[in-house]
Amino acid sequence: MERRRPPLPRFRSPLRGPWLTSVFGVVLLVALPVVIITGLLSYVAYGPQFGQAIPGDVGILHLPLFDWPASPSWLYRLTQGLHVGLGMILVPVVLAKLWSVAPKLFDWPPVRSPAQALERLSLLLLVGGILFEIVTGLLNIQYDYVFGFSFYAAHYVGAWVFIGAFVAHVVLKLPHMVRGLRSRSLRAELRVPTSQTRPEDPDDDLGLVSEQPGPATMSRRGALALVGGGSLLVAVLTAGQTLGGPLRSLAVLLPRGRNSAAADGGPNDFPVNKTFAVTGIEPGAVGAAWRLDLTGGAALVRLDLDALATQPQHTATLPIACVEGWSTTQTWTGVRLRDLAALAGVPTPASAVVRSLEKGAFAQATLTSGQVLHPDALLATAVNGAPLGPDHGYPARVVVPALPGVHNTKWVRSIEFRSV
Amino acid sequence: MHRFRVLYGGGPLNLAVLLLCVAVAGYAASIVVGDAAWPWMAVWFVAAVVVHDGLLSPLAAAADAVLRFCLRWFPRVPARQTTVNYIRVPVLGAALTFLMFLPGIIRQGEPVVIGQTGLDQGPFLGRWLLLVAAMVAVSALVYGVGGLTRR
Repeated sequence: MERRRPPLPRFRSPLRGPWLTSVFGVVLLVALPVVIITGLLSYVAYGPQFGQAIPGDVGILHLPLFDWPASPSWLYRLTQGLHVGLGMILVPVVLAKLWSVAPKLFDWPPVRSPAQALERLSLLLLVGGILFEIVTGLLNIQYDYVFGFSFYAAHYVGAWVFIGAFVAHVVLKLPHMVRGLRSRSLRAELRVPTSQTRPEDPDDDLGLVSEQPGPATMSRRGALALVGGGSLLVAVLTAGQTLGGPLRSLAVLLPRGRNSAAADGGPNDFPVNKTFAVTGIEPGAVGAAWRLDLTGGAALVRLDLDALATQPQHTATLPIACVEGWSTTQTWTGVRLRDLAALAGVPTPASAVVRSLEKGAFAQATLTSGQVLHPDALLATAVNGAPLGPDHGYPARVVVPALPGVHNTKWVRSIEFRSV
Repeated sequence: MHRFRVLYGGGPLNLAVLLLCVAVAGYAASIVVGDAAWPWMAVWFVAAVVVHDGLLSPLAAAADAVLRFCLRWFPRVPARQTTVNYIRVPVLGAALTFLMFLPGIIRQGEPVVIGQTGLDQGPFLGRWLLLVAAMVAVSALVYGVGGLTRR
């Protein structure tokens, strides 16, 4: 069979081998579960019990469902910041891991047994899964919907394809990884310069070590530093969109490295999640004619902006944290949602449906009882001491601690407090 | 049992784990069968592998081979195996950031970005070029300093 091997590429790097692959593997083994779990938590945070998580029906493929808590207020900022930030930081590690196992792609003969055929299929799911998640995720955080399908549905389904393949891969390869890690000492390897770098011992059964290695142009510590440096670079270019403050401007290549078009440093100069201009809302609808309807009680309660201003005001410093991993913490002032619930005649609602003046997919959001009753959950009319700007939801927007950003409905028209 | 191992080429745990993996993938895919766009999801899934394994990886390997070949024949470069890294590192940094932040750099999907954020994608290409220039400059500086100390 070997004699009939077609002219497939020969791999000559002396660095490839079980040890190097295992080092990349153990990093991914520790870090990817964090990315996976925070991603699945985001699905729960969107409120699947209200039919507002996407995709709607996922069968048994979800974490145990629970009411997403409203405290600590930074919860979604943390989980989603980790999901996106760590996911991006791992991109160089994933690429390095794939580089280290590249010879396996050209295994010859390509299929030796049913077991190997099945394993190669699982590797297609594994590699396809991780690359699909990286590509769709990166495009989504940059608002590039060139793929033309629902990001949420595709990213969620792709995640489960990957999870299944990832678990299988870990179960089958863990012994190899442990053996690989034990084959060399990391500390000793970090002292080996390029001139002393030799191939790992032959690994006939694994096929990672080159049979015709060229001279080393880089030490193993150099390769690890290169990959780590890539991750560090991505971290520097990404962290600012989540951490905010002066660090935001370090995210020079991301849309959320910038604040707002005004760039005036004023009270409304922080990142916008959907501008007023694209909502299609008539400017007159948010002027003097604007009314807030509170329903669910015995009678409709209708308030104008002045009436809202006479209600007890509360101020809270809360983050808006979005699915794209970015967040911004501001000081909001308005009326507590629980005060509005009492005003409507439903002091302990089971849920509340907030509707916006805008139309479309995220024009309404359902809040849990815990979210409505949290003392910092607001219908905000002001931010940082000034009225909300048009892009931030004037005349009134919802701000609920730990709620995914898109559910903090802007340009609110009505709130329906439900008792069941 | 022995017969099974010979016929299948692995143990029963191997078979169970791999079948479970395929079953999870099939079950997950069934979530989106009602979605008219599901064939495009499948296309992007496969294309991700094909573009990585069949295009970008061979391209990177070929570029590296060409680079090492050129350095060997470039008369004024001292014959050191590691010299290539002063080019590799900034090029890899440029490629990584280009691919990860592609939409902003090539201004793809700009109307949506403006609608969502109120900001255009104007600055990104210039910023990326500056970043690449900085990486190249640092690498050249380190190479130059190394050359001085070697002398």
